[in-house]
Amino acid sequence: MRTVIPVENNDTLAAVRGFLKQLLEAGVVEALLVPMETHSAASGQAPGGTVTPALVTDPSLLDAANPLAPVMGLNAARLAGRVSIREPRGRIGVVLHPCELRALVELVKLQQASLEDLVTIGLDCVGTYDVPDYVNRDQGSGIKTWHELYESLITAPQSPIPDLRDACQMCEKPHVEGANITLELFGADLATGIPVSLPDEMGEKLGLSEASPSPSPSPKGRGEVVDKVVAARTQVRDARFAEIRQRLEQEGIEGVFAACVRCHNCMTVCPICYCKTCLFKSAIFDHEPILYMNWARRKGAYRMPADTMLFHLTRLNHMVLSCIGCGMCTSDCPAELPVGQVFRAIGQEVQKTFEYVPGRSVEEPLPLVTFHEDEWTGVGEE
Amino acid sequence: MAENGFEPKIVAFLCNWCTYTGADLAGTSRIQYPPNVRIIRLMCSGSVDPTYVLKPLLDGADGVLIGGCHPGDCHYQSGNYKARRRYIALREILKNAGCDEDRVWLRWISASEGQRFAETITQMTEFLKQKGPNPLRREWAV
Repeated sequence: MRTVIPVENNDTLAAVRGFLKQLLEAGVVEALLVPMETHSAASGQAPGGTVTPALVTDPSLLDAANPLAPVMGLNAARLAGRVSIREPRGRIGVVLHPCELRALVELVKLQQASLEDLVTIGLDCVGTYDVPDYVNRDQGSGIKTWHELYESLITAPQSPIPDLRDACQMCEKPHVEGANITLELFGADLATGIPVSLPDEMGEKLGLSEASPSPSPSPKGRGEVVDKVVAARTQVRDARFAEIRQRLEQEGIEGVFAACVRCHNCMTVCPICYCKTCLFKSAIFDHEPILYMNWARRKGAYRMPADTMLFHLTRLNHMVLSCIGCGMCTSDCPAELPVGQVFRAIGQEVQKTFEYVPGRSVEEPLPLVTFHEDEWTGVGEE
Repeated sequence: MAENGFEPKIVAFLCNWCTYTGADLAGTSRIQYPPNVRIIRLMCSGSVDPTYVLKPLLDGADGVLIGGCHPGDCHYQSGNYKARRRYIALREILKNAGCDEDRVWLRWISASEGQRFAETITQMTEFLKQKGPNPLRREWAV
């Protein structure tokens, strides 16, 4: 069913909060995993801070919920997996950015999450800032509010907003696809209401009815806005890809990642890199002292810690087919390496080879766990 | 041995049931092939994690060969089909990361193909001699 959440006093956030409260109060879900303000006006704290996900059961606490805060400190798909992976569990609504929704689809296929008792709630995304930028937003920093970002996205999708996270600047999928409940913010007339699409039985539970005549008395229409934004972002993305591909060709991956300090942040924050017994966290690369001496003698010098390229190339092999482009790796790289750019650019080629689109559907099997007998039949026969 | 003095090093991951047995047959049949290959026996080509291939390449091996049963002949039904997909992905990643993807070969060699094993090693050795040493061999910072 498609209907409209009414907006009063131009307060989009209040309308979103009201809708989330309704979901809890009507028993559509037992809890919501939702970004909450760390410094909430609702609890009388000084302004500032950021948002962090919390599993909320008390509707009155949702006055601190803020899914519109344009900041992303982590990819919450992993958390959605944590609360859904096995029974007994609650019926939980998870409020996610589109990139987090895509990561969740991949995690389901990697058997790290279950959609069975989850209700996915997606909001069209205007882009996000890194946490430090967002936290300092009030100091004449040029950090825009959600409304400003929204205006700029709708009216001038071509003009870049350079302070946004790198991944968001080249995100060609900022619109929600495939969520159970979608708040269709793009192209809506937000002064009057937020168009929402949701399953009929949930709508009935909430006491909502199909908006008539047609929801979204939108000035532009969501599809039109999505098309424009996607076109603009794709252009940025392709330029970034061309730039990094040229660097990879000239310097090799060892040149691009030369400044890597092996902190493993990219792996830790990656929603796809879920292994609990990762090779690179094991003791397998701790050797007897004399072996380091041998290697240093053989090559004249021996970088330590070693195996940095092995780390990045292995990670590429293990997760690039599922890379959904959330860019948390870039955000959390202390050496400010273009990790996400490399992974997305290489990922695009490998994904194309297997005709696989990560995050699109839980029905499409992961390319490396399936096969067809009659593919690449010439390979190995040379 | 080689005219330019360069002898490539090949690390070969061979499946127990076909290619390793094929290599064994090459030996018992006294078929000559270049001594440039170091063989590591695995139970199945499907158990070759890309890391196994990457580690020797980054440590200076000039080539890596993965050997498995012909499609349809896998002792574990489908290990080689999965190996094939991993190999396709690995080559694509190496190519796009600015590495020599053609230093990694996948070949189906059955237990009765001792001759094919010897020919494969000969071909690969010749190819790598033409191509020259793996540039990562001299790198101290990979």
